[in-house]
Amino acid sequence: MSPDEFLPTLKTRFPEVEFQLDPLNPRALKMSASGVPEVFAWLRDAPEAAMEFLEFSTAVDHPPDRLELVYSLYSYTHRHRLVLKVDLPRHAPTIPTLAHLWQNADWNEREIYDLFGVFFSGHPDLRRLMMPEDWEGHPLRKDYSHPNLTPRPD
Amino acid sequence: MGLMDRIPAYVDRLPGGSVVMAPVDWAINEVQASSMWYMLFGLACCAIELMATGAARYDFDRLGMIFRATPRQSDLMIVAGTLTLKMAPRVKLLHEQMAEPRYVIAMGGCTTYGGPFYHDGYSVLKGVDKIIPVDVFIAGCPPRPEALLNGCLAMQEKIRRNKLGQPRGPAIHIPPTAGRFSIPSGSPPSERDPQIPG
Ligand code: SF4
Repeated sequence: MSPDEFLPTLKTRFPEVEFQLDPLNPRALKMSASGVPEVFAWLRDAPEAAMEFLEFSTAVDHPPDRLELVYSLYSYTHRHRLVLKVDLPRHAPTIPTLAHLWQNADWNEREIYDLFGVFFSGHPDLRRLMMPEDWEGHPLRKDYSHPNLTPRPD
Repeated sequence: MGLMDRIPAYVDRLPGGSVVMAPVDWAINEVQASSMWYMLFGLACCAIELMATGAARYDFDRLGMIFRATPRQSDLMIVAGTLTLKMAPRVKLLHEQMAEPRYVIAMGGCTTYGGPFYHDGYSVLKGVDKIIPVDVFIAGCPPRPEALLNGCLAMQEKIRRNKLGQPRGPAIHIPPTAGRFSIPSGSPPSERDPQIPG
């Protein structure tokens, strides 16, 4: 199934969650944060979706007020792919974890927590992954600064 | 030319053997310089070049350099690769675990000054000499095996100039080309003619 074929199915199954095609990328769907993790559990277990594989999850920082999570799912059974994007408020981004659905979400989410400061509720072990444990701040936020950071001269 | 012609030593033949008289400095330095066992660790892309230099084509063994997997048995630390702030305390700890005399070669731009991560990099230590003393800096990204061998020869030459009870000479900088290294002026004259293949 392609994203526009997923759209009506998801809309009827989850009437309380908002879905729309991503205007920037026709191969992606935007959804509201209220659908996590039920939509993902359905996408993994429903035979018509059968998304066995969470390819990656990552985040994009859109200052001043938006932080976008990106999930890419793949099905070995049907050989189709679906990219889901969730907008979060930038000042306090919190979202339920997917670590109980796909094991690799564990470290992906630790990385997002480390570099973007997204808090994943229900995560089994939410510690920094890349930076030292005592590091302050989240380096991939666009307004990040650090004494060690020398700007590149133009 | 035999080995005995090259050493500043006096050989006294006695019935049933011989006695070699040589300066203590020379003997200690020669022993250290001929068996620089380096610690087996690499941090980034430069480590690939370090491995290539250790393998058969370039062959560290002919300098008496054998890798050791523990700091307790190592004399030389080749810091090969990007040293992140997270890794820096570990490298300092490894350096402290090595027994004296210990030597450090900073290989590549990253360990020398931060390399490609100098600008806009928040997580990279800008120069390993900020945490441990460095004897030889090798420029390059990554340095070719020739440049690394050149650095090791410079390291040997520096060890041979050690004087008992005196501080070590200044750090040597190896240019990225495979040309012959130059000892900075002001360092003490060598005991022996530096017959270094270029
Ligand atoms: S100096 Fe260049 S080759 Fe060496 S570790 Fe740094 S980036 Fe990699």
